[in-house]
Amino acid sequence: MATEKKQDHDAPLHIGPEMAVAEADLYPEDTGAFVHGTSLWRDAWRRLLKNKLAVFGLVVVIIVTIASIVGPTVIQRVFGFTPDYIPTHDIRLTNSFPPFTGPSGEFSWAHPMGTDNAGRDQLARVLQGGQISLFVGILSTLVSLLIGVSYGAIAGYVGGRVDNVMMRIVDVLYSLPYVIVVIVLLSMFRSQTPKGQLILLFIALGSVSWLTMARIVRGQVLSLRNQEFVMAARATGVSNSRIIFRHLVPNTLGPVIVYATLTIPQIMLTEAFLSFLGFGVQAPLASWGSLASDGIQNIAIFPWQLIFPGVTMALTLFSLNFLGDGLRDALDPQMRTV
Amino acid sequence: MTMTPSSDGNLLEVKNLRTYFETDDGTVKAVDDISFQLKRGETLGIVGESGSGKSVTNLSVIRLIPEPPGKIVSGEILFNGTDLLLLSNEAIRKIRGRRIAMIFQDPMTSLNPFMKISRQLMEMTQLHLGHTKAQARDHAVQMLETVGIPDARERADSYPHEFSGGMRQRVMIAMALSCEPELLIADEPTTALDVTIQAQILELIKTLKRKTGTSVILITHDLGVVAGMTDHVIVMYAGKIFEQAPTKELFSVPGNPYTKGLLRSVPDPTAEQGKLYQIPGLPPDVAHLKPGCPFAQRCDYTQDICRHEFPPFVQLNADHYSLCHFAREVYSESGGTPA
Repeated sequence: MATEKKQDHDAPLHIGPEMAVAEADLYPEDTGAFVHGTSLWRDAWRRLLKNKLAVFGLVVVIIVTIASIVGPTVIQRVFGFTPDYIPTHDIRLTNSFPPFTGPSGEFSWAHPMGTDNAGRDQLARVLQGGQISLFVGILSTLVSLLIGVSYGAIAGYVGGRVDNVMMRIVDVLYSLPYVIVVIVLLSMFRSQTPKGQLILLFIALGSVSWLTMARIVRGQVLSLRNQEFVMAARATGVSNSRIIFRHLVPNTLGPVIVYATLTIPQIMLTEAFLSFLGFGVQAPLASWGSLASDGIQNIAIFPWQLIFPGVTMALTLFSLNFLGDGLRDALDPQMRTV
Repeated sequence: MTMTPSSDGNLLEVKNLRTYFETDDGTVKAVDDISFQLKRGETLGIVGESGSGKSVTNLSVIRLIPEPPGKIVSGEILFNGTDLLLLSNEAIRKIRGRRIAMIFQDPMTSLNPFMKISRQLMEMTQLHLGHTKAQARDHAVQMLETVGIPDARERADSYPHEFSGGMRQRVMIAMALSCEPELLIADEPTTALDVTIQAQILELIKTLKRKTGTSVILITHDLGVVAGMTDHVIVMYAGKIFEQAPTKELFSVPGNPYTKGLLRSVPDPTAEQGKLYQIPGLPPDVAHLKPGCPFAQRCDYTQDICRHEFPPFVQLNADHYSLCHFAREVYSESGGTPA
């Protein structure tokens, strides 16, 4: 490889640019510009693209995300109804129709996923539910990232008694059954507005899901902090907070990214579970969980009310997990040589 | 705090430094009551076997002893007349990298693998000299050129893994010298490099030292390096200074059995040798030192007194000291005349 050849030999000693000529004489083959090696991220990206399942996951996640974001608006433009639109002007329409079926049983493009009990368009509902589910998943993961990474990095870097106390707190929080904690939190502070309920949901989910992240980051930092580059940074007078956040945290990024991509589906699932139980998103907002919850009540008569949100959610969660697994393989240093 | 240069031209003065480590196995006296001075513009070599306290001495100087388990128990470290041990963490951080810089042993692990070379260099001057990004970048490129990295401008944005060991050590040197420190501590700067690169790196340090007038402390276990680079040498053993002398004097008339042993165990390429000499035995466990001389078990000169009584630090000449009961005898045997 051309890059390796460049790295192998060292340039001869020359002090100052005035001796650069001598350098060129010694290594006449060095006339070309310096060739940059591939960066760690580009390597990982290449390995990720080789993994078919991960690429499938990535594509599905991107499609679902884009569809969720623009879908409801597009439907409103094309067909003229919002996700929470109930056709009150015509009593015959406030009924659940199967997919691709109009009010009198004829084929229709208007509702590709049918309608729910109140005649609301199922596709718009699923897409809007996707918005909320992804939003909850991503935002809560970010909250857990922020808390977990800072907490873990500080505990790992400071070490000693501080580390001990900080990690015992994590252990105690770990031992609490977190679904129950979330349910208690949500029912204690039960908000009157759907938006308030949603914010409560973020706080509840984010505040219990940072624990594993803290442990992962602490473990990483613990092994990194004794490396010479940290000592070298300290010897150059860099402050502790800068060492933690500029030198150590970027080095833990690989495992953190992997764990974060696996946390998103986990949180989405928990959100769905909570919404299913009636603690999560409140109508008229919808999430995949609350849609499935509505659907299950009519499963014998209107199966599409459960199938569509259920399948969409399963597909997205699968894809996120595939993507997370693919990222883990791609960022694993043991796989570098492959 | 004002920095008044001491009148005697000493940049660094270490007095009775003791650095101990608390382990499950007892207190390890890694550095036990050592004193030395370094004059402005001079190079001091510290030699010794592994575990003799060389590195701990220098980590103590910039207060980077991992605490716990380590602790600087007592002593003074006067840098330009200011005791570094009394400074706040904030103040010592302003000295690290700015006025005292350090080069580490292994260039492979001393650079942050996730940061571009340029950014690691820029961090130094932005922090200490208040450079703006553009200034720091120019300075970084200039420093890389100074240490002989070809195409410095293009290569500055490389990651450490794109550089070879010798180049990384050059980057470390560039980094250490970028704030023009008054003292450069090089902790075995060539141990991890192969021989041809070693020579280049040492030559580089020498040249840059001549140019900038920086004082250097060179830690090594390679006596050849010491001979070519230093003005004064300290020989350390079991956390103590065993011998201290100007380099020429130390090599021509050693006054300590340990130094003699070290000098004998250097292979001489001009003479056909049978088996290379080696000092018998192993360095002692510094957590459980017996009374008496720590070298007594391995020394050719050992008498009863060595096993019971700690040896005195004998002055042999103007600048020549040796920690031995028989320092004068050993010195005369080497051909010196004790003052």
